[in-house]
Amino acid sequence: MKTFAMGGVHPEENKISTTAVIEEFPLPETAVILMNQHLGAPATPCVAKGDTVKVGQLIGKAEAFMCANVHSPFSGTVQKIDTCKDAFGLAKPAIYIKVEGDEWEESIDRSPDIKRECDLEPKQIVDKLKEMGVVGLGGATFPTHIKYSIAPDKKAEYLIINAVECEPYLTSDHRVMMEHAEEICIGVSILRKALGVPNAYIGIENNKPEPIAVMKAMAAKFQGIIVEPLKVKYPQGAEKQLINAITGRRVPSGKLPIDVGCVVSNVGTAYAVYEAIQKNKPLMENILTVTGKKLDKQHNYHVRFGTTYNDIIAHSMGSLPETTGKVISGGPMMGKAVSNLDAPTTKGASSVLVIDESEATRAEESNCIRCGKCMHACPMGLEPYLFSSLVKNGRIEEAGAHNILDCIECGCCFFSCPANKPLLDEIRLGKNLYRGILMAKKK
Amino acid sequence: MKLLNVSGSPHVHSDESTKRIMWRVNLALVPSLIVAIAFFGINALLIAVVSVASCVLFQWLIEKCIMKTKSAVCDGSAIVTGLLLAFNVPATREMIWLVAIGALVAIGIGKMSFGGLGKNPFNPALVGRVFMLISFPVQMTTWPKPGDNLFSMSVDATTGATPLGMFKEGGVSATGDVMQYFIGHMGGSMGEVSALAILIGALYLMWRKIISWHIPVSFIGTAFVFAGILWLCDKGGNMDPLSTILTGGIMLGACFMATDMVTSPMTKTGQLIFGIGCGLLTIIIRKWGQYPEGVSFAILLMNSVTPLLNRWCKPKRFAN
Repeated sequence: MKTFAMGGVHPEENKISTTAVIEEFPLPETAVILMNQHLGAPATPCVAKGDTVKVGQLIGKAEAFMCANVHSPFSGTVQKIDTCKDAFGLAKPAIYIKVEGDEWEESIDRSPDIKRECDLEPKQIVDKLKEMGVVGLGGATFPTHIKYSIAPDKKAEYLIINAVECEPYLTSDHRVMMEHAEEICIGVSILRKALGVPNAYIGIENNKPEPIAVMKAMAAKFQGIIVEPLKVKYPQGAEKQLINAITGRRVPSGKLPIDVGCVVSNVGTAYAVYEAIQKNKPLMENILTVTGKKLDKQHNYHVRFGTTYNDIIAHSMGSLPETTGKVISGGPMMGKAVSNLDAPTTKGASSVLVIDESEATRAEESNCIRCGKCMHACPMGLEPYLFSSLVKNGRIEEAGAHNILDCIECGCCFFSCPANKPLLDEIRLGKNLYRGILMAKKK
Repeated sequence: MKLLNVSGSPHVHSDESTKRIMWRVNLALVPSLIVAIAFFGINALLIAVVSVASCVLFQWLIEKCIMKTKSAVCDGSAIVTGLLLAFNVPATREMIWLVAIGALVAIGIGKMSFGGLGKNPFNPALVGRVFMLISFPVQMTTWPKPGDNLFSMSVDATTGATPLGMFKEGGVSATGDVMQYFIGHMGGSMGEVSALAILIGALYLMWRKIISWHIPVSFIGTAFVFAGILWLCDKGGNMDPLSTILTGGIMLGACFMATDMVTSPMTKTGQLIFGIGCGLLTIIIRKWGQYPEGVSFAILLMNSVTPLLNRWCKPKRFAN
């Protein structure tokens, strides 16, 4: 069975919410819509205080190149346009909406019927994705229309759909495949058409036999969609590792997937593409896994962006369990710890993961014993132990010469270190310092 | 309101720890210890107890009184050093107290003077052993004969020579019973005699992924091939290759001493070069050196090359 070339670890899977059917999350009373929910510049608000908005109405316009439109997921009145601290404590421009009723734009097709035909040209598909504010839902929130506007000197050969979900706990991709297999396949066909590639490969890890069976059965009805079961190994869902697992190609240092003829999108994005293109529904909601070992009930929700973490906690569990140590947005390997539960969810959120305090604190650090586990776990073939000591001693350029920028921050090194050294913290610091040096040199 | 922890990712950790690694190494040394006690009686047990206790005590004292840091003796690494040091001495009555001096050098100079576990360039137990070999040459080369009664309680034992010693003295054809060598019924340091017990421990460590096959196989393989070439050139003047690897400290050295994580290279290529170097040096010292045995010196010499091997032998990069 296929997998990527080197390194990797196998954290405890803890997929305890796989059987929780996706539920509609109730509307909150007020909502805060951040203007940068995507990678790049923030969108510019195009409504004013006091305006009434409908569900799906454009409220943030993408003016910069690297930007995405933002639509209102709620109907109601704009209370103010201000900044709001996001889940990690950074202030971002935001539109505050008082939610009134649930009135949708007429253009959006809300019927449950599946629309199969798509007669748009590739260029029209990309333009519509831009209009609908679709971004990658795998975590990086890269604007999808930019990814699918291939530069004239590049050629796409493979479309790869990332349904690996290698992070422990997360089950949103699992559920969306179980419940929306046909929509996903239509979305994939649309993306395939946009790129003009013969085949699309859907990579799914072998610990998800049910989604594999469902997707295989569905893909058989479509042309050029191949479901590729993969050996279970973290970080298979990392873009470079997934490309390697499926095509055998390796993205060179500092290059993009398109440089080896690949375009990778998340399975959730494929579903969003279906809704945007076929149903005229802008990207306004996401499937969120609400999970944790100490929670009585596990959930997968359709949550509209702008719903706060506190809303989600209040509705799904009443309040956080007494012994909660950490709340994570995303998976436990690459997700970020939430510091502000009043913050709204965004396009990049994929889970609310509640970690017990017994697992939330790091064990005490001790001396490196040169066991080499970090090096053998590194999927990029780097030397994390070396970066750690170079960065600590201020030898940043040396760390750069050892390709510190190749690091994908998957966390395998820190995960496997018997001395509990915070290797990834030091590498992140080193990467930032080295980028600073490179920028200064450019000037 | 309770505060939430907001450290960076990853938020989960494997169950791997230094402590667990060290205790597993200790477990892997148990078969050899049992064989040593079986063949050399109560002396072997007493030496092991004194050696381990001294290593732990000295490390604790140095951490408390000199370094003034929190003690790390619980990680079990001092016990590993203690056991390995005991394995490297003959099980005679004198050794019961002499080994404590070796322990002081092993822990004090070999390990703590560099800053403790992980910082030492040389294998501490070997530093202790070589110090003892140079300081107490007579006691360190007085070998008890393995008893005919297993688990003897007597502290006095008849002494004899090791197969390597007999060979070095010349005259005696040292090609003894290979099966006896394999089980360990021969003269030698208390933990090195039984290849069988050592292999059981080494296989356990490989199964637990604490050591890989690279160093033991390249070390033993090189010694076997090199000794084989010498033997084929002159069958009278050289020991046959199978006896070469089963007698003396090659097995113990290759499986437990050369594989010490701290002092051996990290990449597979580095480990292969390291093992080959150890094998070559061992046979060179045995054949042309002063001492009948060269494993300790060979490993210590290769320990000194480890930082260079780590620098030269880089892992293969993904994005290359």
